[in-house]
Amino acid sequence: MLDFSVLTNNIDDYLEGFKYTIYASLLGLAGSFVLGTLIAVFRISPFAALRGFGTAYVEFFRNIPLLLVVFLFYYGLSSFGLQLDGFTSGTLGLMVYTSSFIAEAIRAGIQSVPAGQMEAARSTGLTYVQAMRFIILPQAVRIVIPPISNQFLNLVKNSSILGVFAGLDLMYFGDQVNLDTYDAVSTYLFVGMFYLILTFPLAYATRVLERRMANAA
Amino acid sequence: MISFRQVNKHFGNFHVLQDISLDIAEGEVVVIIGPSGSGKSTLLRCINRLEDISDGVLEVDGAAVHDKGTDINALRRRIGMVFQHFNLYPHLKVIDNITLAPVNAGGVSKEEARKTAKMYLEKVGIPDKADSYPSELSGGQQQRVAIARGLAMKPKIMLFDEPTSALDPEVIGEVLSVMKLLAKEGMTMVVVTHEMGFAREVADRVVFMDGGRIVEEAKPADFFERPQQPRARDFLSRVINH
Repeated sequence: MLDFSVLTNNIDDYLEGFKYTIYASLLGLAGSFVLGTLIAVFRISPFAALRGFGTAYVEFFRNIPLLLVVFLFYYGLSSFGLQLDGFTSGTLGLMVYTSSFIAEAIRAGIQSVPAGQMEAARSTGLTYVQAMRFIILPQAVRIVIPPISNQFLNLVKNSSILGVFAGLDLMYFGDQVNLDTYDAVSTYLFVGMFYLILTFPLAYATRVLERRMANAA
Repeated sequence: MISFRQVNKHFGNFHVLQDISLDIAEGEVVVIIGPSGSGKSTLLRCINRLEDISDGVLEVDGAAVHDKGTDINALRRRIGMVFQHFNLYPHLKVIDNITLAPVNAGGVSKEEARKTAKMYLEKVGIPDKADSYPSELSGGQQQRVAIARGLAMKPKIMLFDEPTSALDPEVIGEVLSVMKLLAKEGMTMVVVTHEMGFAREVADRVVFMDGGRIVEEAKPADFFERPQQPRARDFLSRVINH
């Protein structure tokens, strides 16, 4: 059933797609983390306007399908004269979509640190930013690692959306291989294998990190 | 040192502090007692602006606490605070709990802060716990670390918000004796507590609150022997005769 010649004959295609999936994932991880942290800070900020923007952002992007978010970049921006290729719009969509989930995870983590911690820190004369940096965030990070690692795993898998937009990723090249070989089962099993090469270490790394954090306190 | 002038505070529709006027002199130990919900913790928390007041004037160490021009962080460095639930930083060792503010807000060098911290740990009776984490300490020890943390900024005023209410009865004494030591050294202290023995023995003045108002203010001997107000008499009969 599993035909290894599908892999060996098309290894260049697989590796090319794998490369772009890695690019999209790394950009997506970094971008969604930075963006998500920023939005989380907006969500808990004392300024109503920032809070409103943060809430609107989160509720909009996490409640529509990823495909539509990418449409927004692929088709939506072209009506403003900005034509992005499949890889760019797919990666941007992935970033923005995932950041809304990460923002919620980080906000929940920060808010799960008891209010007394902030009060104790502020009562000694530390500024809000110092209290966040030395007291709140270090405690929130531990709480936030499991949900964020889930989002990172989803992001790697969701990067397959690039295939829909000729984004040169694994799924796109998988489709090409399938058209050449007419062996969908083998083709996509190998595609899945390449995803596992990325997601397995990621899942393992977060488990190790979690354990190390648990031991630290 | 601390002066409330017709201070009011509302939580929504709840008038939690009503026309509070109170002066506390340097070196004075004032104990605030009263039933729960009477506003005593809120009054205490206004002093370092953990709570905002709705109107009135509140001055602490020469600064108008609720004036926008007041550097609240600078004022807070001169006011130490001890909480009912200790609020130690669980991810930091005892020594780092104590040195964090002096190093980052007090402009003290790391070595000097550590030296001071060890001195205060000695003072509160747990010099050997510097490298422990808070979770490894008993409640009484944690609260003594919290006192050392409050002292580390060398404050002029110490606020205590029910410091023994979350403690097992057998360790309450060790916390109270540290507080007595501070009082004897002349620290200005405002203490919200249910420890009537402490109030009677250590306080210069007892303030009794009920329903958001200061109902009675007196020297402890007078207050406990001859309470003037019916509500104070009623409260005392309940907390002392059991």
